[in-house]
Amino acid sequence: MQAEAKNPKATRDKTEPKLNPDNKDFKLQAKNVDVFYGDFQAIDNISLDVVDNSITAFIGPSGCGKSTFLRLFNRMNDYIDGFRMNGEILLNKKNIYDESIKVEELRKKVGMVFQKPNPFPKSIFDNVAYGLRIQGIKDKDFIEERVIKSLKNATLYSEVKDDLNKQALSLSGGQQQRLCIARALAVKPSVILMDEPTSALDPISTAKIEELIHELKKKYTIVIVTHNMQQAGRISDNTAFLYMGRLIEYGDTQKIFTNPEKDRTQNYITGRFG
Amino acid sequence: MKLKEKIIEKLLAACALLTILTTIGIILILLVEAIGFFQEVSIVDFLTDTQWTPLFSQKSYGILPLLSGTFLTTFIAIAVALPVGLTIAIYLNEYAPKRFKMVLKPLLEVLAVVPTVVYGFFALMIVTPFLKNFIPELSGFNALSPGIVMGIMIIPFVSSLSEDALSSVPNSLRQASFGMGSTKFQTAFRVMVPAASSGIIVSAILAISRAIGETMIVAIAAGHQPRLTLDPTIPIETITAYIVQVSMGDVPYGTLAYKTIFAAGITLFVFTFILNNISYWIRTKYQEKYE
Amino acid sequence: MSNNRSSRYKDKIFQGMGITATFSCILILAIFLGFIIYQGIERLSWDFMVSLPSRFADQSGIYTAWIGTLWVLVLTTVISFPIGVGAGIYLEEYGKKNKLSTFLEINIANLAGVPSIIYGLLGLEVFVRLAKMGNSILAGSLTLSLLILPIIIVSTREALRAVPKTIKDASFAMGASKWQTIWKQVLPASFGGILTGVILAISRAVGETAPLIVVGALAYVPFAPTGPFDEFTVLPIQIFNWVSRPQHEFVINAAAAIIVLLSITFVMNGIAVYLRNRWQKKVSW
Repeated sequence: MQAEAKNPKATRDKTEPKLNPDNKDFKLQAKNVDVFYGDFQAIDNISLDVVDNSITAFIGPSGCGKSTFLRLFNRMNDYIDGFRMNGEILLNKKNIYDESIKVEELRKKVGMVFQKPNPFPKSIFDNVAYGLRIQGIKDKDFIEERVIKSLKNATLYSEVKDDLNKQALSLSGGQQQRLCIARALAVKPSVILMDEPTSALDPISTAKIEELIHELKKKYTIVIVTHNMQQAGRISDNTAFLYMGRLIEYGDTQKIFTNPEKDRTQNYITGRFG
Repeated sequence: MKLKEKIIEKLLAACALLTILTTIGIILILLVEAIGFFQEVSIVDFLTDTQWTPLFSQKSYGILPLLSGTFLTTFIAIAVALPVGLTIAIYLNEYAPKRFKMVLKPLLEVLAVVPTVVYGFFALMIVTPFLKNFIPELSGFNALSPGIVMGIMIIPFVSSLSEDALSSVPNSLRQASFGMGSTKFQTAFRVMVPAASSGIIVSAILAISRAIGETMIVAIAAGHQPRLTLDPTIPIETITAYIVQVSMGDVPYGTLAYKTIFAAGITLFVFTFILNNISYWIRTKYQEKYE
Repeated sequence: MSNNRSSRYKDKIFQGMGITATFSCILILAIFLGFIIYQGIERLSWDFMVSLPSRFADQSGIYTAWIGTLWVLVLTTVISFPIGVGAGIYLEEYGKKNKLSTFLEINIANLAGVPSIIYGLLGLEVFVRLAKMGNSILAGSLTLSLLILPIIIVSTREALRAVPKTIKDASFAMGASKWQTIWKQVLPASFGGILTGVILAISRAVGETAPLIVVGALAYVPFAPTGPFDEFTVLPIQIFNWVSRPQHEFVINAAAAIIVLLSITFVMNGIAVYLRNRWQKKVSW
């Protein structure tokens, strides 16, 4: 691992962080991104590359912009009044904010799991099948196979296989969240975004989901926002520390947590603020 | 797919725009026919003549008798509906136990869904004979009976709107008042009602507008004799009842008699329009208070 | 001390007034309904339901009236349901917070307060004369549809608003388009509330008299309509006609017809209330 430059301006340069020098292609990249809501600047010149098939965590105090930044990757900020951005977000080298990009197609490649589990008020089966059906897929066997597979990948199948027609809302919180993960998996995205996925859950469900996320990274690129530093330390490979809309430090998780470059990172990690 | 989305959005927008078309339509037809009317009848006569006899051989076109009929019945209706409606609202909100309220509210709502023609029947067949026991000179058609029945019909309207206004006042105010040793009465009238005053005033204005526009109760029980009077015991005619009277008959299109219903209509519209807008303005201006 | 006593005195008096006022209203309603039933119940018979109106009270029936009411009910629903719900969807899901949407809202609030007879005048000029529909069921239904449109729009918006944003977020995040989200998530979730609003609005339309009189629904129609362009009458107008006659027998007829009309009204409102309670239980996110 090459040493990071001690230059405080390093994170503002265009050079990619040297995390994985052999892998030149990153699926997901941000280049000099600013985000504004009206006159308020929420993100200030952030560039980073997300390593494929890894778990990248965004951490930082409340209001530092980590959720906003996460939502750039599937353009969920588009719905907020006054949203503007500069810079580029690249998925497979293509800027997703380009006019030619269809947002609906993007979201099939970049899935999202939300903080509070939000299954649809439908059956378990219909929840997972939703993403397929809106694409116009009608083949019943195909859908059924995909639903079962996704539920298995989300480690939920064994708990619900007796009645897939049961109402999703009758499941427990932890099960609902795994259902939401299965729902996202069903359309076979390459990236999964998770916005504080366990903050509304009990410790046991949280542990189950952390284990699940760890399994998932084999096939998917995962970006997770969390305010729980222990969680970031437990499951992520790389961590980005955001503060007041800026990227303060980004690198190997173990290094960030044991030997960070920046004082501010150090202060946040040790709980001096945030 | 994008095209389908656009088409659907345009279709839905068209549905919404229909509401604007409706308003334009109402204003246009009233104006066009009324202007036609005022080309033959001077507006001074319209506003000052004390006789309204467009269908008789001796024709007069003064709106005052119809206006007085409308306002007389409205006044009686509001005199019944406002105090009773407000009392019920305060009682249900400040005094009544929850179970009471849950049973009584829907029962009161029943008053609100009865069709007005049925209320007209009640006014003519029950209330007028009943009142004759106390007022022997009460004529078969009069303003008092439909006025009272209109009031009864409007009570749930007033009580429901006022009650909404009262319940949106934060409970903390109520608690503060009780904490200082006030009775329910004092809390209700010194704290809650003033705090909900904008909502209560809105309910009053809307009630007046409702009474002014009411048709069938007065068409059945108030009579068809327009006269400028404040006597509630004799037959009169309201603006709305006049329009019904003409519509029941055979008045050919384009005649002056036909246009009279639009002259009456535009008068009615002006009043209710002003009242509705005042209430909307009050609602939006004072609503943020307790957000 | 005396202040305290007089305050408590006032308190008790007002409580008495409140109870009296509330129960008086219910009592009056009971008296009215009792009177109607007493006067009209014996007249109600199969004969009454299928006879045409006639100059002779004991031969008169409400056949043409309730057929007309049925026609008007169906036609008004068919017209106002899609337009009202569509407008509600547009305003709630597609509208942006700009001057136009505020103007639309004010306009709808205004329309809701316009007296129903004015809608009758509108229908007379636009549908009966300009569109040359004559005094037909279609003209009457279109007029009533305009009348109840604001009611449907407002209740549709309320029902849509009750759907949590997180459901819409989840749907968008899966790549669904706006209309897909509305059609597959928002509408099914709010359908109970929308249906309640529509039933209440139609129930109101069924009881309307004045606008239909102005549009030319006749008081004496000795034949049942067979198509939307036929002339017609409805129950409320038949009642109005009978009430206006001096003979006591017609008053009995009116009472019987009122029982029929009230039954329809109460049943529709009952269904709406039942639906609302069931829907509100379902929406326990």
